Amino acid sequence: MCLAIPAIVQSIEPGDMAIVAIENVRKRISTALLDSVSEGDYVLVHVGYALHLLSEEEAQQTLSLMADAGILEDELDEIRGEASCDT
Amino acid sequence: MRYISEFRDRKLADTLAARIAREAQPGRDYHFMEFCGGHTHAIFRYGVQDMMPANVHFVHGPGCPVCVLPVRRLDDALELAERHGAILCTYGDMMRVPGTGRRSLIRAKADGADIRMVYSTLDALKIARNNPGKQVVFFAIGFETTTPPTAVAIEIAKSEGLENFTVFCNHVLTPTAIGYILSSADFAPGGPARIDGFLGPSHVSAVIGSRPYEAAAERYRKPVVIAGFEPLDVMQSVLMLITQVNEGRAEVENQYTRVVTRDGNQKAQALVAKAFQLRKSFEWRGLGSVTESALRIRPEYEKFDAETRFELADKQSREVKSCECPSVLRGVKKPTECKLFGTVCTPDNPMGACMVSSEGACAAYWSYGRLRDPGKTDAA
Ligand code: SF4
Repeated sequence: MCLAIPAIVQSIEPGDMAIVAIENVRKRISTALLDSVSEGDYVLVHVGYALHLLSEEEAQQTLSLMADAGILEDELDEIRGEASCDT
Repeated sequence: MRYISEFRDRKLADTLAARIAREAQPGRDYHFMEFCGGHTHAIFRYGVQDMMPANVHFVHGPGCPVCVLPVRRLDDALELAERHGAILCTYGDMMRVPGTGRRSLIRAKADGADIRMVYSTLDALKIARNNPGKQVVFFAIGFETTTPPTAVAIEIAKSEGLENFTVFCNHVLTPTAIGYILSSADFAPGGPARIDGFLGPSHVSAVIGSRPYEAAAERYRKPVVIAGFEPLDVMQSVLMLITQVNEGRAEVENQYTRVVTRDGNQKAQALVAKAFQLRKSFEWRGLGSVTESALRIRPEYEKFDAETRFELADKQSREVKSCECPSVLRGVKKPTECKLFGTVCTPDNPMGACMVSSEGACAAYWSYGRLRDPGKTDAA
């Protein structure tokens, strides 16, 4: 829960939302905490919200660190796991 | 070496280790508290402690949100689901934490309570929309990184006129906790941990900025260095702390300039200020009652406050007997000094919150600490 993961913004949606991609996972997240976001920006995503903007370099570094440390997959699972919220 | 992960840049790590060894003056000890569970994790995973000279010590702090939530609040959440029949939504980390009588959310769920793990407050809102006939409570925990998402959810609920959504708010404040730890006069038996400086949290500081730590650093004359999550960030921050201690400085420095600014994310701060106000005091596991250390929902938003909507019974909440979580969180005991550690208490069968969350100190010791050679002293 404490972790945040870098993602690239693929499209902006109405209502302060955006579709982002993290590795091969696509996710609809909120951008309500940022002043402005555009397609192609890198953002740090935490519990479904973009917390701040990142440089591409910082994003890539963080992703490869998470992969090295073996925590990337766990995070992606958590992000994929929407099982409990569709009812 | 038997660490889980190698440094990405071993050479840089070695260079930093050598500089730290040179800078750390023999004849004095350096105790640095890493506040945040993410740093605890990095320190263990990469064996950072073992790259430090023998007189540089890490003290693990209370920066794991699940760990500092007192049992009473978890018991309250159980009551919301079980007695009030609400759908209780919460982040996954919370599910296995034992409450009074070792009752956890996951057990209550198995017994039929409607408790749902969510990834985001947005999921909790969705559940509320899809279940108009039920009360839906979001069990909100966490430091300043999870507070803005809760604020946004309350704002959305208000704008949509959601009548069945409330938040059980347990958000706590990092700088206040740091100040409290330093004002250790108030500490319970066992005495304060000796602390010469702090590694400040990464993402919390991205939200609040570095400014909020300045008062505590100045008042208690202790340096704070905001550190990134990379093990190399941690090492560089330790070097910055040692330098400050040697020079008799007690400033807030920012190692993680890639992400953290002095003012932080002001939009997020404004959203939080709009929905929340300070609580007079709040109970922390391990620290006890701390003045103005947590947030509650403003009266203007009381429709969305579970504490206003539901009456919560008085209860006699108790920790699992002999769990040393409170002392571990204050930094006065190591997990291995708890007699349940590794025998009765393991991540599969946790007795305390510090073993549940991977950010918790007990879980970190369990996962990585055992890999260290028992007889080995810290060699650079
Ligand atoms: S090892 Fe288990 S019982 Fe002991 S302090 Fe840690 S969480 Fe509590």
